[in-house]
Amino acid sequence: MEPHGPDPQPHAPPPSLWPVGFAIGVAVLLTGVIIGWFVAAIGAAITLVFGWLWVRDVMGGGPAPHAEGERPPPSAQPVSEGELEAFPRSKFLEASTLGLGGLIGGLITVPVAWVAVAPTFLDQDQPDVDIGPLEEFPENEWRVVTFMEDPDQGEVTRRTVFVRYNGELEGQPSLTIISNRCAHLGCPVQPAGPIRDDESVTEETSNSVVTRIPANPAGGFACPCHGGAYSTEGNRTAGPPVRALDRYEFELRDGRVFLLASYSVGKVEGEGKDAVLTKYRLMSPGLHVDGLSQLLYPIGPRR
Amino acid sequence: MAVPVRTKSRRRQQLEEAALYPLDWVEERSGLVGGVKYFLFRKVPGDISWAHTLGSATLTAFLVQAITGVILAMYYKPHPDTAYESIKYITNDVTLGWLVRGMHRWGASVFIILMFFHMARVFLYGAYKYPRELNWIVGALILILGMFEGFTGYLLPWDQTAYWATVVAVNLQGTGPFVGPFLVNVLNGGADIGVDTLSRFYAIHMLLLPAAIFALIGLHLWLVIRLGVTSPPWSNEAAGSGEPEGPRPDREGLVRGDRS
Repeated sequence: MEPHGPDPQPHAPPPSLWPVGFAIGVAVLLTGVIIGWFVAAIGAAITLVFGWLWVRDVMGGGPAPHAEGERPPPSAQPVSEGELEAFPRSKFLEASTLGLGGLIGGLITVPVAWVAVAPTFLDQDQPDVDIGPLEEFPENEWRVVTFMEDPDQGEVTRRTVFVRYNGELEGQPSLTIISNRCAHLGCPVQPAGPIRDDESVTEETSNSVVTRIPANPAGGFACPCHGGAYSTEGNRTAGPPVRALDRYEFELRDGRVFLLASYSVGKVEGEGKDAVLTKYRLMSPGLHVDGLSQLLYPIGPRR
Repeated sequence: MAVPVRTKSRRRQQLEEAALYPLDWVEERSGLVGGVKYFLFRKVPGDISWAHTLGSATLTAFLVQAITGVILAMYYKPHPDTAYESIKYITNDVTLGWLVRGMHRWGASVFIILMFFHMARVFLYGAYKYPRELNWIVGALILILGMFEGFTGYLLPWDQTAYWATVVAVNLQGTGPFVGPFLVNVLNGGADIGVDTLSRFYAIHMLLLPAAIFALIGLHLWLVIRLGVTSPPWSNEAAGSGEPEGPRPDREGLVRGDRS
């Protein structure tokens, strides 16, 4: 082994405060994304100014020590008589070994990586689920409905929604169907009020096994994990959630209620059948769907 | 060196011949014995202390995890219908299964804690400085992969704590700007935790991450050997002042024909 020891020349770059300012700028910018555009603009300005100063320091700070120390050409042998071989055999072999190796490696890596990642994004559509006839949902009463999204896959696909029949609106039945997935980090939200377990009904519907439990969420819904609380419309009333609870689309087929895809909600105005809300594409818990912070999540997987 | 001449009995000489013959055989064909001696009998600064053993302690904790993990894998069944049952079986029915599972469960915390202690020692002694920055980086990668081991292992018992803690942790990843929503799908193996999630976490936990950690530990140790051990900041010996360390002369002779 070759000898080694401390290099007499220190390698550290000269100290500079610009990166610190740059980091502060980025922090202010990100804080601004949550608080408001004005703070974000200040942060962006700080970032740009200090970033420019930093780049100027690095690029134009005198002759860089590495600039002149270009790597010596790989062939250390003195050029001998009459360069007969312009592209010698050894170079050809080296290039073909590297090239073939890279090709084989790529041919193996691409499908392997594809199988590891792609299926997690494909075919993620929610199936339509039959949760029972409309008569099972009396007007202005809540039912906790649990069902298996895919009975073939078993309990791991069990989901829970809170369903309230609001009566008819313009001749069409109106249902409020709220997902129990907390909009903070996805724990199961519970009704804040009595749940009448002894009156629960389990029914094998056309494509699932559904249990309906009457409940009276007088205090709205609450999450056991980190204390998020919601009104009966799913609006956040306390705790860390960043938006209202997700909801489900529905459809009546022969008088039976079918759950369709779910969607995310920023905030609900009004109540019951008069509720007004904007539907957003279903987002992971913890993500803003409205306001400036939604810019942090411009694209996402389909579902 | 004035070593007093001791004559060995003929019988003792014959015994040593017989014992050393296989080592000689391996050494002549591979150089492995010399390599091991080079690794074990290095020069280290004179004033190192117990604090310098934290790295070895961490390595030991990791090896315990690897070995107990292999044994647990013989009984564990990574499917939503069977995972919890197999954990109960290991804990209650397999002979000493509770012990091996307990070692793996508590050893996980020991491993992480020791990594932090080791890291603190390296930081406070300034042992991360030139020329050892790369080894700090390798160590940080091992720390990250070790924490990811903790994350993936936590789901495997498949009880309520495991399930909901993983839901929260995955959704926490999901709040990362721009890439977060994609990370959720990749970690879950789909939009939600489903039948594929458990086996996915299991494969990452017992195949992908341990292999990567083993490789990085190899690199970590190689850099320690190549660069030597730092003396403490208050030492009178300058850091790295020792010449590259061969076997100590008085240890030579474990195997004859030693390469220097």
